[in-house]
Amino acid sequence: MDEVKTKIWKVGLMLALFAIGATSLVSLTEANTRDKIIENERQTLLAAINALVDSNDYDNDILTDTLLIPRVRQLGTSDFTDVYRARKGGSPVAAVFTSIAPNGYNGKIKLLVGVYYDGTLAGVRVINHKETPGLGDKINVKKSDWILQFKGLSLTNPSESLWKVKKDGGDFDQFTGATITPRAVVTAVKKSLQYFEKNRDELFKEAK
Amino acid sequence: MNDVYGPIIRDGLWKNNPALVQLLGLCPLLAVSNTTINGLGLGLATILTLVASNGLVSLFRKKIPDEARLPVFVMIIASIVTVIELSMNAWFHELYLILGIFIPLIVTNCAITGRAEAFAARNPVGPSVVDGLMMGLGFTAVLVLLGAVRELIGQGTILSEAHLMFGEAARNMTIVVIEDYRGFLMALLPPGAFIGLGLIVALKNVIDARQKNKQANVPSTEATPAEA
Repeated sequence: MDEVKTKIWKVGLMLALFAIGATSLVSLTEANTRDKIIENERQTLLAAINALVDSNDYDNDILTDTLLIPRVRQLGTSDFTDVYRARKGGSPVAAVFTSIAPNGYNGKIKLLVGVYYDGTLAGVRVINHKETPGLGDKINVKKSDWILQFKGLSLTNPSESLWKVKKDGGDFDQFTGATITPRAVVTAVKKSLQYFEKNRDELFKEAK
Repeated sequence: MNDVYGPIIRDGLWKNNPALVQLLGLCPLLAVSNTTINGLGLGLATILTLVASNGLVSLFRKKIPDEARLPVFVMIIASIVTVIELSMNAWFHELYLILGIFIPLIVTNCAITGRAEAFAARNPVGPSVVDGLMMGLGFTAVLVLLGAVRELIGQGTILSEAHLMFGEAARNMTIVVIEDYRGFLMALLPPGAFIGLGLIVALKNVIDARQKNKQANVPSTEATPAEA
């Protein structure tokens, strides 16, 4: 019995030593990379926003001029999300926010939508999706420029009833072999515009 | 020197290839081999982890208590993967945005625990590192081949989106093999991965069998084998 006990202690101690070693390695790396990673993520986010709203069109610090909105059924969000507000000389230019298309072919499609103050789209980008490679993933700007067509559109251009894919009698191209994905994105963008139209002044409220 | 490293190289790349013979690491292998570039990405990340984990396990092999070696391996591998992920995120952010999604998959790759257990735990650091490198290369070769086959059959191209890994200059590296190809979805979906891997394993077995036949035929004219 004593022999077993000694062994448990010995092996346990060795394990603990390795655990301390492994944890130190990870913690030291984490501490040394933390600031750099935060800065990288900031830059990536800023680049994503600037792809929608030109950085010359606003003069505020868009990453800190944010509004936290609770979950919005129209945007498909299930949690708090940030709205990034672009302003020039204090007057509102555009808002960039997250919108989720819940009905992709393979689950949720997460979008970043930019809307100018007058209700026209600054642009839409897909941030995250699980659509079929080679078919539905053409919504990704890296694979096709389909998503770029939203720039400049609004709820009056085309009229609200034409915010559908061509197959459903609307104005937007579907992809060969994939209708569900573009249908989901078009609907989500339309809903985002409707949400923006209804809540525009709320969205641009100055932070207190 | 050659006597030690020769067999390690042959084992990793062909004879005991982790993907074709040991059939280890199927989860990431099948999930991420839908294009050539994805395959290459996961392959590179796996090589890095295998080399580091084999090196570290070998370095501590005399200190690791035999009864608790598996938890220690898991600890070493998990921390290496975390360190690689964090460092990549900090210093190679562009690359991280592409490979980042593959890195957590590596923890699930049992080829890495397998090599720690089967090789690194009983061999010196030098051969262990070479073993990690060769096993990683062997794994990567299969990933890239499977990725290329699936991409070709699935969407008629090879090396699409090479710019994600090699930068804008590589945008025209994409080879459109079949113009106006309508696509064959199954090759891109999981069943295509299983069928593709099966075909590659079969091809390897055919090549091995041919080789064996050749070798068996040559000496049999001079001396009949003693064993039945």
